[in-house]
Amino acid sequence: MQTLLFALEVSLNGFMTGILYALVALGFVLIFKASGVFNYAQGVMVLFAALTLVGLQQGIVPFEHLINNLLGTSIHGFGWNMPTFLALLLTLLTMLLLAWLVEKLILKHLVNQNPVILFMATIGLAYFLEGFGDLMWGADLKKLDIGVPMGISDTVEQATYDWFGYGFFIDRLDITASIVAALLVIGLTIFSQFSKTGRALRAVADDHQAALSVGISLRRIWVIVWSIAGLVALIAGIFWGSKSGVQFSLSLVALKALPVLMLGGLTSIPGAIVGGLLIGVGEKLFDFMVGPMIGGATENWFAYVVALVFLLFRPQGLFGEKIIERV
Amino acid sequence: MFYREVGEFKTSYPQDSESFGIRLDKYGYYLVLFVAFALVPFMINDYWASAVLVPFLVWAIASLGLNILTGHCGQISLGTGGFMAVGAYSCYKLMTSFPDLNIIFCIILSGLITAGVGILFGIPSLRIKGFYLAVATLASQFFLVWLFNRVPWFYNYSASGQISTPERSVFGILVTGPNVQPWAQYMICLLFAFGLAWGCRNLTRGSLGRKWMATRDMDIAAEIIGVNLLQAKLSAFAISSFYIGIAGALFFSVYLGAVDATEAFGINQSFLVLFMIIIGGLGSILGSFIGAAFMVLFPVLLKNILVGWWEWDAALATHLEFISVGFLIIVFLIFEPHGLAQLWRLLKQKLRLWPYPH
Repeated sequence: MQTLLFALEVSLNGFMTGILYALVALGFVLIFKASGVFNYAQGVMVLFAALTLVGLQQGIVPFEHLINNLLGTSIHGFGWNMPTFLALLLTLLTMLLLAWLVEKLILKHLVNQNPVILFMATIGLAYFLEGFGDLMWGADLKKLDIGVPMGISDTVEQATYDWFGYGFFIDRLDITASIVAALLVIGLTIFSQFSKTGRALRAVADDHQAALSVGISLRRIWVIVWSIAGLVALIAGIFWGSKSGVQFSLSLVALKALPVLMLGGLTSIPGAIVGGLLIGVGEKLFDFMVGPMIGGATENWFAYVVALVFLLFRPQGLFGEKIIERV
Repeated sequence: MFYREVGEFKTSYPQDSESFGIRLDKYGYYLVLFVAFALVPFMINDYWASAVLVPFLVWAIASLGLNILTGHCGQISLGTGGFMAVGAYSCYKLMTSFPDLNIIFCIILSGLITAGVGILFGIPSLRIKGFYLAVATLASQFFLVWLFNRVPWFYNYSASGQISTPERSVFGILVTGPNVQPWAQYMICLLFAFGLAWGCRNLTRGSLGRKWMATRDMDIAAEIIGVNLLQAKLSAFAISSFYIGIAGALFFSVYLGAVDATEAFGINQSFLVLFMIIIGGLGSILGSFIGAAFMVLFPVLLKNILVGWWEWDAALATHLEFISVGFLIIVFLIFEPHGLAQLWRLLKQKLRLWPYPH
């Protein structure tokens, strides 16, 4: 009984982690649907957004290490903390600017290229952003705290203790993250179903040429999609950053969104959510049950191997569109 | 004026299909070989061997391997680091289990073992394509590195979890271990690089190479004209992994001497090799070498200038390296998707007509 409840607690925690994976995967799906670009840089965008937020909030001078090295000065921060709201707003603006620049400088020149070329270009973008973020804000581990409730939830522990005689440890941060993720998905669905831009987005996702011929500007749509992906990255960055601190390893965690995506299907928003939850719960449970027998730390590879095996049987993922190929 | 086909009379089919059809090309090739085999070993010093030449040759072998898979057969792989780890660890196990076995055979055998692992992870490529395959190969990257970290048998239960190479020699000349001479390190890598490049050239212009390229261009069409996809894809995976395994074995035994799986064969190495073939040129043997040279020399140069001359922080130089590598990848993909090798090809094209452009 005790073990069963413990397994339940583990899977509940996995569920919460899965929601964070799903948040990152969501950004991938949005961009893939609208532009057919498999955006490898989404993970690094999460890192970049979190870094920018922390940097602005803590009043770090952008490029201070570079300036110090170039001019021989020793600047260390502005000496003030920016209000969280203002920092959030400025970070959002940065992500919008990034979206615009990506379209202007990269995507525009690669229209009609092989998707694989575009994929490799986003790997290049990922490297660039990684170096750029570190150069701008410094590579040390930063603590992100913007007032999201954190720590073990006493209410849940008390309530479950009364019911089962076993208190569940659940982080309040995870609960907030799940609520925000749910709101985000609802918001995105409403946006894509009922607004004019949303309809244009779906049209582009359906058929680029047909969308062009009814007068939808592809380039405007791309900027919008990359901006939304930037927003999703920011939200994911806030939660991941608050959970485990902001530094390079954040982008490796975000890499796990890839198998999530494969499992759920590249083109499906519900797929990203379900895939995230499956992987989150699966890897925690697997590490709990099988991990001790084979050396532990199975979370590193579990997601990828599951995706690999799963794809063998269903190449388009759980909810993806059937892949039809013609010569 | 000098670089031209005019005056070259081919009288047989073998002559007609020579790799270096123009006389100047052939002389250039012999010159490079002469410099590499007969001059460099006498001039090499410790710094040049360990910072530039040996890593260049090892990475060149790895990029030859990835180029077979990605450039010729069109299957993207992000698992290069994992396959290099297989090469390194099987070389270690062979060297320690059979101390009398010559190191050359150890390295070749570890290439063969890696080829087997490569086939195993290549099986999904029959059903999965494109990005899906790229993500599936990530599984090999993470799983293999985890395996070598967690199963003590692979590192002979050593306390640090590292593997370090015992001393081995070829014809009485020490080639591995801490007391090795720089020229010996260089020569063994050069021999492997030369042999494998020669093999790669002859494979890719034969029937197997044509099958790979047909698969790359469009696999359904290739299947319809009679290419056996199973054979083509799995052979590409096997041969590419063979190359990468040998690169991993050399990387561990000759170049570094002691490695830790997470640090030496992480996902960054997979990207490094991918960048080499993008910058050098997809599907080009010369490109593999140019790309490897570029990616090895560039950080060394950047570090020497920034840290050595201007006395910046080493961390800053690393960040700038990331930025410039990412930037260069994008620039190459936009302006010259066929890489530096294409620039060389264009130059030769121009030279044929020079100085009379018509």
